[in-house]
Amino acid sequence: MDLFEAVFHGIIIASTPLVFAAIGELVVEKSGVLNLGVEGMMIIGAVCSFVVTIETGSYVYGVIAAIISGSIAASLFGFVTQYFLSNQVASGLSLTIFGLGMAALIGQSYTGLSLTEFPELNILTLNNIPILNNILFSYDYLVYVSIFLVFAVYYFLNKSKFGLILKAVGDNHDAAYSLGYSVKRIRFFAILFGGACAGLGGCYLSLVQTPFWVENMTSGRGWIALVIVVFSVWRPLWILVGAYIFGGITIIQLHIQGIGINIESQYLSMLPYIVTIFVLVFISTNKRRLTNNSPACLNKIFNADL
Amino acid sequence: MSFNLKLNNISKAYASLMANNSISIELSEGKIHALLGENGAGKSTLVKIIYGILKADSGIMEINGIEFSPRNPSSARSNGIGMVFQHFSLFPNLSVLENIMLGIDYGITKSELNKRIKKVSAEYGLYVDSDRLLGTLSVGEKQRVEIIRCLLQDPKLIIMDEPTSVLSPQEIKSLFLILRQLASEGRSILYISHKLEEIKLLCSEATILKDGIVVSRCDPRKETVETLAKMMIGKSLVKTRKNTTRSDKKIINISNLSYVNSDSHGCSLKNISFEIRENEIFGIAGIAGNGQKELVDLLSGEISLRKSNKIIYLGKDLHNVDINERRKLGIAVIPEERMGHSAIPNFTLSENSILTGLWSDRFIKNGFIDEEECVSFAKEIIEKFDVKTLGEFKKASSLSGGNLQKFVVGRELLQKPNLLIADQPTWGVDAGSAEMIHRLLIEHSYTSSGILVVSQDIDELIKITSRIAVLSNGQLSESYNTEDVTSEILGMEMGGARNS
Amino acid sequence: MFKLEPRNEQSLFFVYFSPFISVIMSIFAGAVMFMVLGENPVEAMKIIFINPLKSLFGLSELMVKATPLIIIAIGLSLGFKAGVWNIGAEGQYTIGALCSGSLALALYPISGFWVLPLVLIAGIIGGSIWAAIPALLKTKFNTHEILVSLMLTYVAILLLSVMVHGPLRDPDGFNFPESRLFHYSALLPILIEGTRAHIGTIFALIIVFGAYVIMGKHVIGYQIRVSGESSKALSFSGYSKKTIIWICFLTSGALAGIAGAIDITGPVGQLVPSIPVGYGFTGIIVAFLGRLNPVGILFSGILLALTYIGGEAAQIKMSLPSAITGVFQGMLLFFLLATDVLVNYKIKLKRFFK
Repeated sequence: MDLFEAVFHGIIIASTPLVFAAIGELVVEKSGVLNLGVEGMMIIGAVCSFVVTIETGSYVYGVIAAIISGSIAASLFGFVTQYFLSNQVASGLSLTIFGLGMAALIGQSYTGLSLTEFPELNILTLNNIPILNNILFSYDYLVYVSIFLVFAVYYFLNKSKFGLILKAVGDNHDAAYSLGYSVKRIRFFAILFGGACAGLGGCYLSLVQTPFWVENMTSGRGWIALVIVVFSVWRPLWILVGAYIFGGITIIQLHIQGIGINIESQYLSMLPYIVTIFVLVFISTNKRRLTNNSPACLNKIFNADL
Repeated sequence: MSFNLKLNNISKAYASLMANNSISIELSEGKIHALLGENGAGKSTLVKIIYGILKADSGIMEINGIEFSPRNPSSARSNGIGMVFQHFSLFPNLSVLENIMLGIDYGITKSELNKRIKKVSAEYGLYVDSDRLLGTLSVGEKQRVEIIRCLLQDPKLIIMDEPTSVLSPQEIKSLFLILRQLASEGRSILYISHKLEEIKLLCSEATILKDGIVVSRCDPRKETVETLAKMMIGKSLVKTRKNTTRSDKKIINISNLSYVNSDSHGCSLKNISFEIRENEIFGIAGIAGNGQKELVDLLSGEISLRKSNKIIYLGKDLHNVDINERRKLGIAVIPEERMGHSAIPNFTLSENSILTGLWSDRFIKNGFIDEEECVSFAKEIIEKFDVKTLGEFKKASSLSGGNLQKFVVGRELLQKPNLLIADQPTWGVDAGSAEMIHRLLIEHSYTSSGILVVSQDIDELIKITSRIAVLSNGQLSESYNTEDVTSEILGMEMGGARNS
Repeated sequence: MFKLEPRNEQSLFFVYFSPFISVIMSIFAGAVMFMVLGENPVEAMKIIFINPLKSLFGLSELMVKATPLIIIAIGLSLGFKAGVWNIGAEGQYTIGALCSGSLALALYPISGFWVLPLVLIAGIIGGSIWAAIPALLKTKFNTHEILVSLMLTYVAILLLSVMVHGPLRDPDGFNFPESRLFHYSALLPILIEGTRAHIGTIFALIIVFGAYVIMGKHVIGYQIRVSGESSKALSFSGYSKKTIIWICFLTSGALAGIAGAIDITGPVGQLVPSIPVGYGFTGIIVAFLGRLNPVGILFSGILLALTYIGGEAAQIKMSLPSAITGVFQGMLLFFLLATDVLVNYKIKLKRFFK
């Protein structure tokens, strides 16, 4: 592989956890819930999938463990915010703090172990065009799952009745309630889906990207996923764009460090965070587009029982 | 199709409050039945029970003799019950079509649904563009969407919750035509309102609720407005007499006030000019959403004025004068929304008493709040304005709408303003408190001050004002002397400017 | 399932007791966790929660750790009351430490009574400037303050690292990434001889008292409370949300900054890359557990400091990861948020049979 291919490959690998986490959070926010616990759910997914894969030797079990553990972590948030009416910001933060601690506790005796390479998916082999082959078809299957998931969410939100109901709940929960939709249950399931996706994003880090386990290995990716949702202005296909831009910045920054340009590595490491801030500012300048697309009930508490 | 819904001894309690106490009603085919009562009489609770949103604690409902206990609204809909909500259950960021789809229980494709919408629209004269974003529709159009959604389920009983409170007189007329057409098709209608004239005009049966109990049943066509009012309120109301004194002294003069709203759901104001004189109550009529909020905010100072805007108050230009400086100059404001605007539900009455007094050294000494003064001020308001509460340390949220509004009105009147601006001063307030607020406003107009009342309720304006103008689509009509004006003229003005 | 019915009045019982209930629930959940890990739960609880309180050393360490937590949480509580979400106290703390540390190093080896106050003020300024960025972006462009303040935390930590690896590195330090030790005039006086307890604790108490007065009696406190209830009511009362956003960010940034300055001029005594240990995030929990009330924060700060010391003890004595601290803190906040519902609502079990 030449440099271009390596960079391209690196970007896809670096972006996939963000795609997973962000598309899950998008669904959660579309239902009117702001879950700031993405970072916590991701790291729980990362550690659980790693431990399970080491113990069973099976990547399939590892991925399943990520989905289940991410959803369980999300269900904590779901219970306190939906059924105990807690403040969503505070609950999300506590999920992040709890998740980081819990993951370190679970993973302590697994630090330093590493995994063999994650199985690649070779659906198609275009032997005569190696570049295309390397760029398009040389990834593990989770990459394709993440892209498929984005399109599935797009279809779900824009073409299906259930998606319409989910959007309605996020747009006006009182109206949805008086039409007979169970606001809390719908939101709870959306939160579980968000947890499962964040878990997948986490497992991608520990099973594919690194592949090993260290404390705090998510290093803010959960938060960047939240930013990507805002960047996408709650449109699923834009999640891909956002995630690949952020992944791209990370990889290019690494390559600059690799080439040996004389600049402190920390400055380059700051880059994704600073870019994030600029992106946020840029997005928030277009007020009208934001208010027309953002779920009107985002971060509002709903209490009434059907 | 025969239809008959019987309610037998329906009861429902919230904590210690009996919202519905053993209510029995019978609704039959082709009848328009009025459910009449004041705010808080238990009307909303009852219809929510019928529509499956709430469950009754006790009592039985029957449809055509078969027991009916809806688990949720969709099971009510499948039993032939439809509802048009007062606060529309619509989704501003979705299209009209999607909004309608959400209220339909059967599976249907978008194109098929579109055809049916067109058919129903043509049948009842309910025209609406199904591709538009709902948030961009006018209030009347939104109601049409609600009605279409309801009709597409082919309901046998239609519940209409306060449908006219946001409509202009012309829109009310066409709504009544539709309702009569629906009744003639054999559908029953449960019509909820506290507007007595309407009920006399439309309904052939009425059940009157007070404090959760059925106090009376009657044929409203055979009653007068006075007798209906007496049944609803439990006593006859004292008539207030208007202030007829006239003065030429101008309190405030507004000329060519324009405002461009940056909010896509808001309304812009165009060239508004009027003046308010001493001893005068000036009324601005119109349906909410036509610029009322923006006008009141500009006058209060919550939105700051542009250079080009001229508002002269007692000879002083209000440009660059903020809300508290205006209060110092004697301008007091009562905004429409009580909870979270003119009062804070989670604050005690004593804390709420200084919300508009932070500029005054009576309450704030060297930046510190004088608590004793707050408490005694709150006590004064409670006593003078007959606010029913357990004390000044109770939260504002514990008060009924009427009592909290009396508290807010009292708080502003005790500042002895030269100009009082009141937006929908009796909205959601019981008749007794509304009467008292009207009397207070009239009394205040004698104290050489001017009052601006913005209201959707034409009857209210005719009752207390001396001059009226109509605000429609951000434009203000010429002003009429109240004696010369009829609700037809005002209705024309409301519709007129909107179509231009 | 159950149903929540609004209470007519807030339950005073639960206002004061739900923090205790959540502490007890966390201890139980923690005991279960230790059993799963194969440790003796009673023994583990003793090591974490009881032993540190038994010695003078333990108590003095408690003061050292509680001090920054309380100061940070007081600052954050103003914002949280007002509905202004500064989540980046960790970054403001770091920049506060970096600024005051840089000044201390720049003044080295000058001595004088005025050195320490200047060094502390540098921390205040640093923290406020770092907090001013999200405030500016929020008021100017309506940019999400949670995400901006958080991103700045990562930037701050990297900035500290680059400084300590480069210009601020100790010239005689064999290339270790740490600064030289500060001159003694830049250090906080010790309160109890032979321990690390310093006079920063007294600052914390003054700040608690000041916040109590401001929030309870001053018109700014009233404004902050109005702002948290409703932005419309705030502008109706004559103040703008933007002013409140600035006040809250600058105050919480200044307090986080001075907490950082206190830590490096107190227990640490030099600049190292590992100064930020999560106090900024824990401060969020302290603020909520203390019900955003200054006196409550005083107590919850001490409790959370105990989880730090207990976590360290568990690490040493039971070789558990220090992350156990985070698990306890997260649980505490979760249980608190869950039990908080009882303040405003009654739980009513639904009938299964009719």
